[in-house]
Amino acid sequence: MAEPYDILIIGGGPGGYVAAIRAAQLGFKTAVVEREHLGGICLNWGCIPTKALLRSAEIFHYLNHAKDYGLKVDGKIGFDPAVVVKRSRAVSAQLNNGVGFLLKKNKVDVIWGEARIAKPGEVLVSTSKKPAMQPPNPVPKGILGPGTYLAKNIIVATGARPRVIPGVEPDGKLIWTYFEAMVPEKFPKSLIVVGSGAIGIEFASFYRTMGTQVIVVEILPQILPAEDVEIAAHARKHFEKQGIEILISTTVTRAEKKPDCVVAAIEDSRGATQALEAERLISAAGVTGNAENLGLETLGVKIERGIIVADGMGRTNVPGIYAIGDVAGPPMLAHKAEHEGVICVEAIKGLDPHPMEKTMIPSCTYCNPQIASVGLTEAKAKELGFEVRIGRFPFIGNGKAIALGEPEGLVKTIFDAKTGKLLGAHMAGAEVTELIQGFVIAMNCETTEGELINSIFPHPTLSEMMHESALDAYRRVIHL
Amino acid sequence: MPIDILMPALSPTMEKGNLARWLKKEGDKIKPGDVLAEIETDKATMEVEAVVEGVLVKIVVPEGTADVPVDDVIGLITGEGEDAKSVASRPSPVREKTLDAPPAAPNTPAVAPRTPNGESGPRIFASPLARRIAMESGLDLASITGSGPHGRIIERDVKAALAHGPAAVPAQDTKAPSVPLPTPPDELTRKNFAPDSFEEIPHDSMRKTIARRLVEASRTIPHFYLTADGNLDALMSLREAINAAAPKDKEGKPAYKISVNDFIVKALALALIRIPDANVTWTETAMLKHKHADIGVAVAIPGGLITPIVRAAETKSLSVISSEMKDFSSRARARKLRPEEYQGGSSAVSNLGMFGTKSFSAIINPPQATILAVGAAEPRVVVKGGASVVATLLSVTLSCDHRAVDGVLGAKLLAAFKDLLEQPAGMLA
Repeated sequence: MAEPYDILIIGGGPGGYVAAIRAAQLGFKTAVVEREHLGGICLNWGCIPTKALLRSAEIFHYLNHAKDYGLKVDGKIGFDPAVVVKRSRAVSAQLNNGVGFLLKKNKVDVIWGEARIAKPGEVLVSTSKKPAMQPPNPVPKGILGPGTYLAKNIIVATGARPRVIPGVEPDGKLIWTYFEAMVPEKFPKSLIVVGSGAIGIEFASFYRTMGTQVIVVEILPQILPAEDVEIAAHARKHFEKQGIEILISTTVTRAEKKPDCVVAAIEDSRGATQALEAERLISAAGVTGNAENLGLETLGVKIERGIIVADGMGRTNVPGIYAIGDVAGPPMLAHKAEHEGVICVEAIKGLDPHPMEKTMIPSCTYCNPQIASVGLTEAKAKELGFEVRIGRFPFIGNGKAIALGEPEGLVKTIFDAKTGKLLGAHMAGAEVTELIQGFVIAMNCETTEGELINSIFPHPTLSEMMHESALDAYRRVIHL
Repeated sequence: MPIDILMPALSPTMEKGNLARWLKKEGDKIKPGDVLAEIETDKATMEVEAVVEGVLVKIVVPEGTADVPVDDVIGLITGEGEDAKSVASRPSPVREKTLDAPPAAPNTPAVAPRTPNGESGPRIFASPLARRIAMESGLDLASITGSGPHGRIIERDVKAALAHGPAAVPAQDTKAPSVPLPTPPDELTRKNFAPDSFEEIPHDSMRKTIARRLVEASRTIPHFYLTADGNLDALMSLREAINAAAPKDKEGKPAYKISVNDFIVKALALALIRIPDANVTWTETAMLKHKHADIGVAVAIPGGLITPIVRAAETKSLSVISSEMKDFSSRARARKLRPEEYQGGSSAVSNLGMFGTKSFSAIINPPQATILAVGAAEPRVVVKGGASVVATLLSVTLSCDHRAVDGVLGAKLLAAFKDLLEQPAGMLA
């Protein structure tokens, strides 16, 4: 048997492959076990291919509004769903290939197959029985095959999969998960989206822009339930203006499949029922961790509701076994997984990484308008007992936003009235997903309002609204 | 002034590098953006660019020199319109470097980095939030060890220091060799008592601050104590006369009512002005000799005490001191005092006379150098002209920081105070 690995990572998603590269940088003999696609859901069936689809939708939207900018388009503006999907797959394939290259460059072994931890220090890899999603990205070259592998440290980074709502079981044809929603043969005329988190709202936004009649059904009283209530309300107003129908405090109790359409039985909070019919239904009611079939239960690794319990350094209760990313709990975001992977490997190395600080994890939703946030919502800050100072600045007061033709949006900042600490920032509007990082860095440097107010923001940019929002919290706003 | 060309740092951690090559000769005209020289480390090569216009008048470090410390002067450029010859004759500022020479002081820039409180000293790296919380809690950042990147002080360090006192973390300031006395762990302390024989009241931040500051004061300040008795007879009758003369408003309320304590504050302030050498604050490098006498007055409030400062008390009339104290006391009880109202001061008054305490000694409240502990004014039999008479006497104890105030100086201050107390008309002058 070969020399044991220092670190073996189960799962080649954004958490796993980043952890592997960091491990290799630190001089560890490292391997990644992957059963389907390097880059995981994020790169193959999540973040990246949806951004490609949304880009097509965005350009389509601009073409339809070309005359607002004094431009003329002769002939009919249209789209070819097959080509839109093809581009999205090509983007994914390119990056998938890139991950393979990065692992090879860092001399990380890639073992192809399904992993099971036999005991601490020993992993059995067998051929995966899971059918690959179509179209699959190619299996990388130079991989190792099934067998028994030894490793001093095992990191579980197996990610998550769509949560199934009882009565609304996906069939891959009429009832979709994000997998099928990403590679449609045609764009349906009508669509029910169950769940208004990031995944549901992005698909709702994409399909609506492409002309589909969209109804979003949300079980909670607020769409984008993780976001600040004011931002969610702002977004909702604009979604409805675009023609997306939104039903809150409503559950889908059953979805009946008819020839080429779905009839969903819904029930609102007062118990009133109704039947909705649409060509397709997307089930986007969250994701659940892939903690099963890894041998973890036998080893006594603590698992709670599908989530492996791990500390701020990724350590489980069993020495030598670690968990990072979606399978180690929410928020289930690629950038959180990457960061956890790095922390975990550095802790194994004996470095002194800072433990995961979950309140500092930004969140981005790429609908129209975009949503981005970091830190506490106003409600959460108050619940924690903070006396808050709130700043708000609307896009309509920003020169660049007007020039772009994007006058709708809001930047909201939340400060601790006592210390001036920036507790949270929440934004809706054009390009806010690119702006949020400014607040993320500021919060990580433990900014107060003083540094934000004293910083010079370039003119004319959308970022000036971040300045104005902080100024507004201290009654010093200029352009309002 | 000629402009120094300094050895640049290619990275924040670089300490020295090699001067590979000069691309300009002495006497060459320089304009901004010109490449003057090439610097290399084992990792990288960088060009040194001119940022000013002038003439390269002197090459201080010749090319090919290895291990040139960062910030050393490697060359000189004349400023605009400056006479090159006068500059060239300037003595070379470069230091002799031999192996066994003591490490030279770093080439300090003309403007020292500013610390948040404006005091000089090495820059303390701390997050904006940590600075603000420390400032508002009156915590000295220098007493905290940072746990952030590169030892930067972050919020959690300040909060930990406030919760446990800085003695819990190793002090960054190695100049003060304060060896923390071992404190028994809380568990051991609790074991002295039956488990249900006491109630546990968690400390609030004021209690923690009092504990931390007084432990620090009693550990670091070499205290000594001087006691004297003062005859208050004259002061009592003067006080009565002054209060009787107070104009009354419509409801018959007097405009002021001077207390004995107000006299004591004023007397101490005037005594400090008469003995200016005692109106000081100790620092490691210098004695701070104050121009005014700012007197702290200890005010007991529920759960602790606070010491608001009567600024320049020597310039204030008794009625002004009196009304200031009334305002301070009420706002202190409401915990509404601003930090600048209780920080600083050169001496203080702690008065327990109203509780019948005869005399006591107090712990100095840094940065003050003295504190006056005042007992009860009481009728005592004294010998006057060979006969026993009854007089109102007051015992006071002055605590002195021996680093700043020696015995004779302290005794002179106390004598001046006693003199003012016994001849109170001097306070009205």
